[in-house]
Amino acid sequence: MAKITMVEALNLALRQEMARDDSVIVLGEDVGVDGGVFRVTDGLIDTFGENRVLDTPLAESGIVGMSIGMAVYGLRPVCEIQFSGFSYENFHQIESHAARLRWRSRGRFTVPMVLRTPYGGGVRALEHHSESREAFWAHMPGLKMVIPSGPRNARALLASAIRDPDPVIFYEPKALYRAFREEVPEAEETLPIGRSQIAREGRDLTLIAYGAMLRPALKAAERLAEEDGLEAEVIDLLTISPLDDSLFVASVQKTGHALLVHEAPRSFGPGAEIVARLVQKAFYYLEKPVARVTGFDVIIPFFSRENSYLPGVERILRQARALLAA
Amino acid sequence: MPRTPIPFPCQIEHLSILDENGGLDAALDPRIDPAELLKLHRAMLLGRRFDERMLGLQRQGRIGTFAPITGQEAAQLGAVAALRASDWMVPSFRETAAEIWRGKPMENFIIFFGGFNEGGRIAPESNDLPLSVPVGSQVPHAVGLAWAMKYRGSDQVAMTFFGDGATSEGDFHEGLNLAAVFQVPVIFVCQNNQWAISIPRARQTRSETLAQKAIAYGMPGIQVDGNDILAVYAAAREAVARARAGGGPTLIECVTYRLSMHTTADDPKRYRSDEDVAVWKKRDPIPRFQRYLTEKGLLSPEKIETLEAEIKAEIQAAVDRAEQQMAQMGDPLEMFDHVYAEMTPDLQAQKAELAQELAAARSEKEDSDG
Repeated sequence: MAKITMVEALNLALRQEMARDDSVIVLGEDVGVDGGVFRVTDGLIDTFGENRVLDTPLAESGIVGMSIGMAVYGLRPVCEIQFSGFSYENFHQIESHAARLRWRSRGRFTVPMVLRTPYGGGVRALEHHSESREAFWAHMPGLKMVIPSGPRNARALLASAIRDPDPVIFYEPKALYRAFREEVPEAEETLPIGRSQIAREGRDLTLIAYGAMLRPALKAAERLAEEDGLEAEVIDLLTISPLDDSLFVASVQKTGHALLVHEAPRSFGPGAEIVARLVQKAFYYLEKPVARVTGFDVIIPFFSRENSYLPGVERILRQARALLAA
Repeated sequence: MPRTPIPFPCQIEHLSILDENGGLDAALDPRIDPAELLKLHRAMLLGRRFDERMLGLQRQGRIGTFAPITGQEAAQLGAVAALRASDWMVPSFRETAAEIWRGKPMENFIIFFGGFNEGGRIAPESNDLPLSVPVGSQVPHAVGLAWAMKYRGSDQVAMTFFGDGATSEGDFHEGLNLAAVFQVPVIFVCQNNQWAISIPRARQTRSETLAQKAIAYGMPGIQVDGNDILAVYAAAREAVARARAGGGPTLIECVTYRLSMHTTADDPKRYRSDEDVAVWKKRDPIPRFQRYLTEKGLLSPEKIETLEAEIKAEIQAAVDRAEQQMAQMGDPLEMFDHVYAEMTPDLQAQKAELAQELAAARSEKEDSDG
């Protein structure tokens, strides 16, 4: 096992999936010679050639539309949209076709494609390079929406997404691309899509997070333990849609307190669905209203102010303490 | 010399073989086998009569909204006739006659427009995508299919259909550009029927032709008389052969006319006059082809009469089959089918919820009836 970054882990997943199945094709802007602007596809063109790794013209809708045709024919395209902020150019191809062709053709045609795209703030980027719009995709029937939180699960989930029979939007937390390293086994590893995980066990409070927000949630949990002697359980969603509510519902039934964290804007965000599920399935266990630490309902500000927008350890900690105060 | 002309191919040909009176330009005759000519004629007539019957069904409230094809039979049948069954067709929503030619049962259209998703089913042996409603959005799918064919070393080609309005959509331009860059075996067939609902062709683009858009993408383009089935077939056959031989994509503009409404929900009298339509009625693709075939000795008024009766019976049989099938359809719980490969836990729960709801509604009704 080697300690590698998320970028390296994603590259490993692509490399292994391409080696085991010649129907896996990588395409997108700058994914070939340049290896992707974040280097996720680095070196793939050297190993697999330009017939497996396609540098495309600058055309997000065309890239996704073409991927749909490739997938219908029986290939497993993995297209990269350089930043999620540009994926609205191809929004209709996902909404109108990728997520519906199985349904429209009564199961005759399927679209086993993956759309990889970096999302989220925290990298001092330009406008359109920092947003979190997972709710757009999670709202679409027929589509799956996955967000890893570290190198190991990123590698395993990407492998699963590529093998999945349905279209998957794979959001990569760009703030975590090189933020830390993890042991990632060289041997193939997958993780089931549609399952959350317990990232930290605890009895006093349930923190629900995913993607780049998992780390601040875990840090807040550590500080609660050290400074307050309170044990927070942290649930990592990993898949936004279809949402696995089993672990966070069971956890809240145990702790009686729930706090959810996401960097997407608050209203109609994934947190709203989580709150709805808790009200439905754990209402009588809740000792306090569910707390939400999220981005605000604004467009994420430029980088001089983005740290005030993004949920951080301090905000999570303050909200958690308020929730647990007698 | 700071300003010099850059030479590049910039001419577009217009192809016409059969004139409005059925007169043939013998030098351009694509020499189609007589049996195939009669098959094409039959398909055109069937397309027209099926359209008329569908309009009747819609006006009687037996089916919902649909998009008639009347006037465009040659422009679509001439194109698909150049395909092999193993090729792929990517339709828009106004290719009924072409889809029937490719093997889609007529009852599927009635079931589909009758409001049942089952009408969208595709036979296992069929390589045709279901119809696509958002204008132009299907164009890149054909490019992806064609890329995959090339990657797999297949000699198949993909053919996609769209209208004049679609040439203003981004997906048309992205699709053509990608196809040319990757030199994939795809044929883009534009059904220039002059109207995008109420917007005339002149409002879509200042370009002299739609075919010339091919030049910008570095692919061959040709304009054909879309009401001349021989011209459409000749252009399509050439494009298909080129694509199959590795010569890349082609754009074909079929100049035709939508003689009927955009859909049954549209009233064309709001935006065009009967005089405008009359001009194009004279260019109807069916009578001219019938005259040509009659002069060739392949068709006679008696044969046409027999054929009309045959077609009428065939359509009636399809209507009967569709109505029988629709009577068996309608279980609301089937809305949960085919959303994912495996039904998610949430969908299972929602399906159970609807089943309970339906059962409760049934028992309430029984109580009130009883």
